[in-house]
Amino acid sequence: MIKVNTEDYPWHAGMTVRALLDEKLFTFRHIIVRVNGEFVPEEDYVSTMIQDGDDVMVLHLMAGG
Amino acid sequence: MGTIIKDYSYTPAKIKHGYSGKSLYINLSDLRIEQKEITEFMKEKFTGGKGFDLWYLWHAVTPETRWDSPENEIVMSVGPLGGITQYAGTGKTLLCSISPLTDIPIDSNVGGYFGPLLKFSGWDAFELQGKSDREILIFIDGNNGRIQIEEAGEYPEDSHLLAEALTKKFAEDEDDMVNVSVVCSGSGAKHSYMGMLNFSFYDPRRKVCRFKQAARGGLGTIMHDKKVKALVVKYRGVKPNLNDPADIATINKVGVKYHKEMHDLDQKQNKMRQIGTANTVMIMSQYDLLPTRNFQTGGDPETVKISPQVFINEWLTQGLHDGCWYGCTMACAKCADHFLITTGPYAGQRVTVDGPEYECAAGLGANLGVFDPQAILEENFYCDTYGIDLISFATCTAFIMECHQRGQITKEQMGGLDLRFGNSHAVLELLHQMSRGEGFGRIAGLGVRNLKRVFVEKFGADPKLLQDIGMEVKGLEYAEYAHKESLAQQGGFAMATKGPQHDEAWLIFMDMVNKQIPTFEDKANALYYFPMFRTWFGLVGLCKLPWNDIVPTDNHKTDSPAKVPEHVQNYVDLFNAVTGKNIDKEELIVQSERVYQFQRVFSVRMGKGERKDDYAPYRSMGPVTREEYLSRQELYDKQLREFQKLDPETMDLDEKIAATRRYREDQYEQLLDAVYRRRGWTENGIPTPERLKAIGMDLPELLEVIEPKL
Repeated sequence: MIKVNTEDYPWHAGMTVRALLDEKLFTFRHIIVRVNGEFVPEEDYVSTMIQDGDDVMVLHLMAGG
Repeated sequence: MGTIIKDYSYTPAKIKHGYSGKSLYINLSDLRIEQKEITEFMKEKFTGGKGFDLWYLWHAVTPETRWDSPENEIVMSVGPLGGITQYAGTGKTLLCSISPLTDIPIDSNVGGYFGPLLKFSGWDAFELQGKSDREILIFIDGNNGRIQIEEAGEYPEDSHLLAEALTKKFAEDEDDMVNVSVVCSGSGAKHSYMGMLNFSFYDPRRKVCRFKQAARGGLGTIMHDKKVKALVVKYRGVKPNLNDPADIATINKVGVKYHKEMHDLDQKQNKMRQIGTANTVMIMSQYDLLPTRNFQTGGDPETVKISPQVFINEWLTQGLHDGCWYGCTMACAKCADHFLITTGPYAGQRVTVDGPEYECAAGLGANLGVFDPQAILEENFYCDTYGIDLISFATCTAFIMECHQRGQITKEQMGGLDLRFGNSHAVLELLHQMSRGEGFGRIAGLGVRNLKRVFVEKFGADPKLLQDIGMEVKGLEYAEYAHKESLAQQGGFAMATKGPQHDEAWLIFMDMVNKQIPTFEDKANALYYFPMFRTWFGLVGLCKLPWNDIVPTDNHKTDSPAKVPEHVQNYVDLFNAVTGKNIDKEELIVQSERVYQFQRVFSVRMGKGERKDDYAPYRSMGPVTREEYLSRQELYDKQLREFQKLDPETMDLDEKIAATRRYREDQYEQLLDAVYRRRGWTENGIPTPERLKAIGMDLPELLEVIEPKL
């Protein structure tokens, strides 16, 4: 199990940041990802592995029209 | 050429550090034209823009004043930063009046050239009071210091024709047309409470008048009632230093930095330069936030038919002049050129359609079940040229459609109009009826709050159901965001001073997706900061979009990325550089709060602005119907288990709906309590004398209003 934006979410082996965003349908382009507080640049989403127990923050930067 | 009935000469005031120091007053009843001084008191307490508007409006009206009372005013002001050309989004005009939909002050912001050109013509603010006995237009010649009032009965009524006619009339030649800006409405504003005002800017490459809209709250209806067909300003000679800034070097520096961000990052971020605000349509649908079929659900698989890419590929012209004021590199005012109209009085003609913006695609599209880009553009065109606020129109029509869907009103009662979801032909015919002041269009133009009463009294509709599904608060129709799963946004809409518009706070991602504001206190803090911060744009003449529709690459390293701290600092720097003052980001919030609290007290004075006025229809908060519950049953059942420790397996559907409702309504009460505490209000939503004193707004006239309510 991992945390995604403070809520429990099931973890599976081989989970990358990219895979997590796809699973969660986080399609908004304007986001910030932090894993255990560490910023993950967009170019590293595919290569960054998420470990069981990680705390993932996916911050959507939009405050409306 | 109409007969000139008033000719007035003045010496245009010289602008000093963002202010001309003069405001223009015109009384339409006796054609009186006066100049007023902008006092230091006004600048200190109200800053400019909406602040000046509300201050003048306060003194013009009484608690008994209604929208069509002669003493009601339309007041407009562009603010001290309005008109600078070195930064993006610096041409916003703020308008206030007593609204026909809400009976309280409405404020509406708009781009286009009128506001800045008005200031450069010598006027920080403009009050229109009284009523004319015949249709007139007012022409302000800012270079020559002349104001003329002219009979205007002969001019066309609808905006795209009227603005073109008046721009040609007052321009000396083609090159001069960019120096003319027109404010006008249209035939629909005459017959509805949701009339809006178009503010023009001439597009020299397309050779047409483009428009931005002061849309909300019926300003066009009021202008028609005053028999003002158009306002025209002409000023030749716009250049970067017209505001006489105290420190132009800083303005240039901040501007260059921002324009580089726009150039480098927009394509990677929101693509505002390509599609404008409609870039979010698919995103909203994917996150269950796109209001669909009267906010019943938050999206639809058919949304792909009205996706940004469809408009980009098939309809919108790229690479032309799309800024609504000089220097705006965001340039988000997109349009469809040579668009062929298929219905109504302009059928067969090709026109330029300004839009669609997000609210248009969401409101006139998904919320009406219309997933047809061509139909949306035609609805967009007619709303604009008829002078109808497309947000109120869309939300109101969606309400009618659901009433029809649920058997509350029949096709016959709608005069034969088959207003079912997805029927764009009926939507367009409703617009044409509204324009002509005929049939069911005339009734629909009354707005959701009045329609609820009419449908109950005349057609025997179920008042409880209509209360639950009629998306209005304080009489104003909701803007186009579904938000059932964001408690903070429920408050952001329902507690908004003028009614449920999203320009005070848009907290859905922070609350629902990011989970950044989990407690009531967190939400209350957000519902303090963001409305206060965003109010400031309307005080100084700025557009909100450049604040956070693009952000610096290192924004994620800041402690509060949602506030975009670097851009907030830009605003502080720009304000100080224009005015010569020395505010910081905390004082910026205080400037806003002075006006925010003033507007709340103003609403109290007019009979609203208390706790009873801050409640949302239940459709805003949770599933009203069985279909809605079933559409997200997994989520709602999970919430019953987690939040209320109930076992949904032992409950029937109606019990689950009722339990969900009790819980959510209780949550909302707790939110009201928390926000009121944070804003310095009583449990009944009244600003306290202590809070007003803390921000320097314990003015005798405000204390007189609130003391009986304490």
